[in-house]
Amino acid sequence: MDYQPPPFFSRGPAPLVRLGFFVSLAVLLMVLDARFRYAESLRQVVALLVYPFQRTALAPVELFGATSEFFTTRVALMRENDELKAKRLLAANDLLTLQALRAENAQLRRLLDARERLPRKSILAEILYQGRDPFSRKVVLDKGSQQGIQAGQAVIDDIGVIGQVTRVHLLLSEVTLVTDKEQRTPVQVVRNGLRAIIYGGGDRGMLDLSNMAANADVQADDVLVTSGIDGTYPAGLPVAKVSRIERDTASFAKITCVPTAGTDRNRQVLVLSREAILPPPPVEPEPGASGLSKQKARQKARTSPGAG
Amino acid sequence: MSFYEQSQRILSPVRAGYIALTFAVALLFNLLPWRDVVGLPDMVALVLTFWCVHEPRRTGIGIAWLMGLLMDAGNGALLGQHAFAYAVLAFAAISLHRRILWFSLWRQAAHVLVLLLASQFLMVAVRLVAGGVFPGYAYFVASVIAAALWPAATYVLLLPQRRPQGLDENRPI
Repeated sequence: MDYQPPPFFSRGPAPLVRLGFFVSLAVLLMVLDARFRYAESLRQVVALLVYPFQRTALAPVELFGATSEFFTTRVALMRENDELKAKRLLAANDLLTLQALRAENAQLRRLLDARERLPRKSILAEILYQGRDPFSRKVVLDKGSQQGIQAGQAVIDDIGVIGQVTRVHLLLSEVTLVTDKEQRTPVQVVRNGLRAIIYGGGDRGMLDLSNMAANADVQADDVLVTSGIDGTYPAGLPVAKVSRIERDTASFAKITCVPTAGTDRNRQVLVLSREAILPPPPVEPEPGASGLSKQKARQKARTSPGAG
Repeated sequence: MSFYEQSQRILSPVRAGYIALTFAVALLFNLLPWRDVVGLPDMVALVLTFWCVHEPRRTGIGIAWLMGLLMDAGNGALLGQHAFAYAVLAFAAISLHRRILWFSLWRQAAHVLVLLLASQFLMVAVRLVAGGVFPGYAYFVASVIAAALWPAATYVLLLPQRRPQGLDENRPI
């Protein structure tokens, strides 16, 4: 016969047993999340539970922003107006040349029989707050999968690339900044077209141009733009500027860059959709057909200037 | 001299709804859009430690784990990171709760400091293994500030239990 204590003494499993259970559950979650990315659906559910708290926490800040906007002084508005007018005059010059260049570019592209670049769809979003996770560099936007944001889309502000959407919730999305340690961006040096991949997570808020030979043609103050090779980022968006180069290392140069775009400057950002149509991969030309296609190309080159 | 370092007062029993409310407020505090504030105390961890020390039969490792999961999803951290650290924190607080309450408030705070620092060390270790960057030693200032808030937290969180249940002229205490 076994003697059980009365039920009002029962306290369930011992704390050590509970600890073991919950710790192993947490470790399982961490492994699933970090290695296999299986925990995303659970994260979506929990994130939806937290969402009301997040919105409530943001309310006082939004209220403060709204009231301070209302009490902006007239002088500040007039000064801003003057600045904007001056800026527009400066921009008008560029705009006129841009139109001419665009027309010329279109004609040249037609001559080359190249596919016309499709304008990308873009969504305007606002940065709600910087990610609170001190181990990574992220910001949270106020648009989610409901508004058509998808993971992998590029995020820019008015001066350059900020980062890439890495996680999409129903009404929010997380953007990993280019300065995050896990983030890589394909870039190109403007001066000479040298292609490279830029890594985040050098010193605080800096970028590293890794895997470059010690004698690579990179100089201080070189501007790096996206190369557009992967189809995620459109080509030619400013990413960073080279600030320091150390060539005395064994085989690779240590090149440190400063990001161009600032996440603490603007609240509005643009989320660019991925390129809808990627060109098909090139087909190996058949030996017999090469002469024919060359002939055709020559014919086209001869006829198209007349058509254009 | 009293056996306790401080005089003990008979408190009215705590309501489960009040514990839930304090957790909700702490979570709200943590989710406020702090920009790059260094040394921001983790209020959920502080409230969790408090209830584990004062009401170990009401709060426990399961609730700690659940709050940690909410923090992970809200912060966009590695899923399970806070859950792991909070579960260990709750276990340590429950194991030490009989000891901690013997001391005066500031000495209790010293105990809490050790617990909070240990949970932060756990989180750093987990993230470094998972491939994160070291956030700098200023990260640990948060625990010092949270521990310094322990006496204030004790006062505020015990307020409803100090209130007399009903006024009675003939009651001796």
